Amino acid sequence: MTRPPVVTGIGVIAPNGLGTEEYWAATCAGVGGIRRVTRFDVTPYPSRLAGEVFGFEASTHLPSRLLPQTDHMTRLALVAADRALADANVGRETHSAFDMGVVTASSAGGFEFGQRELERLWSLGSGYVSAYQSFAWFYAVNTGQISIRHGLKGPSGVLVTDQAGGLDAIAQARRQLRKGSKLIVCGGVDGAICPWGWVALMASGRLSTSEDPTAAYLPFDARAAGHVPAEGGAILVLEDAETARERGAPKVYGEIAGYAATFDPRPGNGRGSGLRRAIENALSEAGLEGTDVDVVFADAAAMPSLDRVESDAIAAVFGERAVPVTAPKTMIGRMYAGAAAVDVATALLAIRDGVIPPTTNVRPAPHHPIQVVGEQRRAPVRVAVVIARGHGGFNSVLVVRAPPTGSAPREEPAELG
Amino acid sequence: MSDKTIGLAELRRILRESAGTELGVDLDGEILDTTFDDLGYDSLAVMETASRITREYGVSIDDEALGTATTPRRLLDLANPD
Repeated sequence: MTRPPVVTGIGVIAPNGLGTEEYWAATCAGVGGIRRVTRFDVTPYPSRLAGEVFGFEASTHLPSRLLPQTDHMTRLALVAADRALADANVGRETHSAFDMGVVTASSAGGFEFGQRELERLWSLGSGYVSAYQSFAWFYAVNTGQISIRHGLKGPSGVLVTDQAGGLDAIAQARRQLRKGSKLIVCGGVDGAICPWGWVALMASGRLSTSEDPTAAYLPFDARAAGHVPAEGGAILVLEDAETARERGAPKVYGEIAGYAATFDPRPGNGRGSGLRRAIENALSEAGLEGTDVDVVFADAAAMPSLDRVESDAIAAVFGERAVPVTAPKTMIGRMYAGAAAVDVATALLAIRDGVIPPTTNVRPAPHHPIQVVGEQRRAPVRVAVVIARGHGGFNSVLVVRAPPTGSAPREEPAELG
Repeated sequence: MSDKTIGLAELRRILRESAGTELGVDLDGEILDTTFDDLGYDSLAVMETASRITREYGVSIDDEALGTATTPRRLLDLANPD
């Protein structure tokens, strides 16, 4: 069997950090980014908190040609991709354009752009709708724009599986590498913090109505009552391990060692969730046992029944309170298609620096048989499991492992607060 | 039909608003006979520009004719019939 693919570049944009290291430092320190919505007047809505990316001025990061044709979340995705490729030291000359592709996850497409143009359609007429509406609100728009901007013409696509998408996109990238591509830019950046996006999210019945940023998103807590939506995500550069070594990739963050996805049965038919099976299958593919795992990044839905399914599955596979479980997304909210890609980036940084970032604000309820990490913990991390679940029954699990020794110079761990 | 004449200055403004400016392109230079392609504008950018001209000046530009408007001069010809 060939070696698993490796992650050689990371670009994170999150409400508590515009940039990978900014995000990581804030996350290790437990600094949150949840606040009252500022992107539109949220007063008339029952849910009023969000994780917004602050201080993002698109025109300082992107050429003016791209601004009229991009939704806010696409601009975030383009900047995350710029940073991931720079981190990996990858450019147009690295490989033939057809050996490099893009696979991203999406949950809604460019909703804010779409809302604006649909409002113009019904209030002013079709002549007032931007020609760029033809693609700017599509699910695949981030993949397309990243592909065009960086000249990546290899196998590309988009995965739409809600919050599981961030993992499914990485898995799809892995499939393309197995078929012969040399490098795939993958992950997810998402965000629909506009009135239309907001009511669509409210329809799930899973949004918190708390006005207190420290009490609005409390997975595995007896007070759990929904989540806070967020914008942002992560873009990763995934490469065949041998190719990365040959080209002298400056960093190897880790391997994508295993993956599995399952689908929950129809509610009420008596069969349980497929989550446990997804965790077991992902570990099995990685050739690892539960005892090899140093940390689990939970999906952390913060709906009591969903939390229960997740904590039961974790306890069933790893033993009761046997493995550290963390949900750094408690600091920033749920990013839908962007969330799991951020969790994978976070897991890779945890491996790099030997730090497990905390789950904030949560007082774990005793009926959840898991060990929730409430404070930053220094511990060697070699293997991390990332869980992501999407609305409608998607379960995806990814296993991330420390880079094989000698694959690249390891950076000195940063000092963290 | 509109009685307003649409000149290069108006076209430059509308191009900037509807499609931005390609890096390395001087839109204020001699661009009348430079192709939109060389100016960094694809067909969608030209379409959006034509749509704004229609909105602002009330000149309707035929879709088929727009396909032949490969330079600012040709687009201005379409925008200023007769």
